Amino acid sequence: MAEVKLDIDYVAELARLELTPEQKAALSAELGSIVDYIAELSEVDVEGVEPTAHASACSNAWREDEVKPSYPRDVMLANAPGVIDGELIRLPRVMPGTES
Amino acid sequence: MAERTFTIHALAAELKAGSLTSQALCRRCLDSVAAKDGEIRAFLKVDAEKIMRLAAESDARRAAGKALSDYDGIPIGIKDNICVTGETCSCASKILEKVVSPYSATAVQKLVARGFIPFGRLNMDEFAMGSSCENSSFHPTANPLDTRRVPGGSSGGSAAAVAAGFLPAALGSDTGGSIRQPAAFCGIVGMKPTYGRVSRSGLVAFASSLDQIGPMTNDVTDAAILTGIISGKDPLDSTSLDEPVPDFAAAARKGAEAASLKGVKIGLPAEYFISGMEPGVEAAVKAAVEKVRAMGAETVELSMPHSKYAVAVYYILATAEASANLARFDGMRYGNRIEGGDLTETYFKSRGTGFGNEVKRRILLGTYVLSSGYYDAYYLRAQKVRTLIRRDFAKAFEQCDVLMTPVSPNVAFEFGAKSDPLQMYLSDIFTIALNISGNCGLSMPCGKDPATGMPVGIQFMAPHLAEEKLFEAAAAFGEVR
Repeated sequence: MAEVKLDIDYVAELARLELTPEQKAALSAELGSIVDYIAELSEVDVEGVEPTAHASACSNAWREDEVKPSYPRDVMLANAPGVIDGELIRLPRVMPGTES
Repeated sequence: MAERTFTIHALAAELKAGSLTSQALCRRCLDSVAAKDGEIRAFLKVDAEKIMRLAAESDARRAAGKALSDYDGIPIGIKDNICVTGETCSCASKILEKVVSPYSATAVQKLVARGFIPFGRLNMDEFAMGSSCENSSFHPTANPLDTRRVPGGSSGGSAAAVAAGFLPAALGSDTGGSIRQPAAFCGIVGMKPTYGRVSRSGLVAFASSLDQIGPMTNDVTDAAILTGIISGKDPLDSTSLDEPVPDFAAAARKGAEAASLKGVKIGLPAEYFISGMEPGVEAAVKAAVEKVRAMGAETVELSMPHSKYAVAVYYILATAEASANLARFDGMRYGNRIEGGDLTETYFKSRGTGFGNEVKRRILLGTYVLSSGYYDAYYLRAQKVRTLIRRDFAKAFEQCDVLMTPVSPNVAFEFGAKSDPLQMYLSDIFTIALNISGNCGLSMPCGKDPATGMPVGIQFMAPHLAEEKLFEAAAAFGEVR
């Protein structure tokens, strides 16, 4: 099992989470002891054991490709933080220098 | 405190006899919430007007001889991570504070189709991450039996609402014990169905391979009735099982009437009877073992050697799945958005301010165990140990019909007593393996801790899809309060 401690800046960047310096210090310490604890799995002999991804043995579930009614647009857009002309979700600028 | 007579089967009889109306019942529930929930704080929201309107509609249906079922007009509480059309579904998180559900969860639709009235939004640990309800972003919920103590979690609001006598029943969700542990802490019955029994459509996902919706009730019969209603294959959840749903309520009634466990083999896994339990819990659980023997059950001592790894497996798999599931909360299509200079900064700010500490902790841990270079050591290895834990259950059920174990090593603790996250995680040791294996299990009161007067729970677990066996045995055992 890896000995390296969790790099809080790197992981927070991957998870897209803004953290204050105080949060980083606290989370780093707490996660350090949790990572030490979960590392105990390294002592289990898993040679030749298949992984289980799901509690029920389900395989790919196919269904007919049929057109069905969707939820109404106004209902789905009602929760959007920003809406344009009642039909589009307003998003922040994606590329630098482009019009938002 | 919670009367055992405040059950949906007793209310159904009263409604049928005409000695009770849905409006009188719902009014009584609303009055009791108004009088006592200021102290308990089980609810995040209650829409009294809507509830009374639905109650009036139910009474009109029944008067016209068109009741949707025997249960038409009975209110049921809904945990705040289960969608009800037109009501907020915040998962007790600031990031979803104002989000209104565009549709109802399949489990809710099945209840509404039988006339049940969704009653309020029940508090929980944010995104169901926690064991005490202290992680709600809005306010904690108190245990109605001792308001200095937590109700358990994450379905703490659901457990408190039933234990306080506000409601006869509530829906919760169980990913690692979130129905069974609060049920034990509050002295009620909590049922986690077999994985896939109940559709997860409309349940906000925490760890998709572990989550299940289930009922929290005053007795086993009610748990069986509600489990029967919400079970079944759903085209909206490809992991729901296409299996016949037996008459669970009949199984529970059969058990309750027989009040005997003759011929039932009950397994006692050594790994669940370890030192470190509170003395009052240990004594109550031992008394429960004596009780099943006195009722004619044969007890079988057995071993489930990988049980001690369940917590580690869980906090790898559940956080990995959560980090992926919660990636959708980015402030774009719904939920709170905090504008930054560009898209990426908006993600960071919306998520950084929207999620509480425990949710951040688990997203970070899940991101870490899935990150490049660590996947094999943590996630893949945990999935392999998951296989070993499943095999432990399969082997155990070759030797017995049901397993019987404690629910938690301790009774409901005082607020702030478990401030270290790892210590909190370890308290889930007896409930977590069941989610990892996908079996069904039920928690019910088996006595009291003499030191605190708080209830102690006992857990029965059964093979996949063996809910009938589970309800029959649990109903025969009977709630001990």
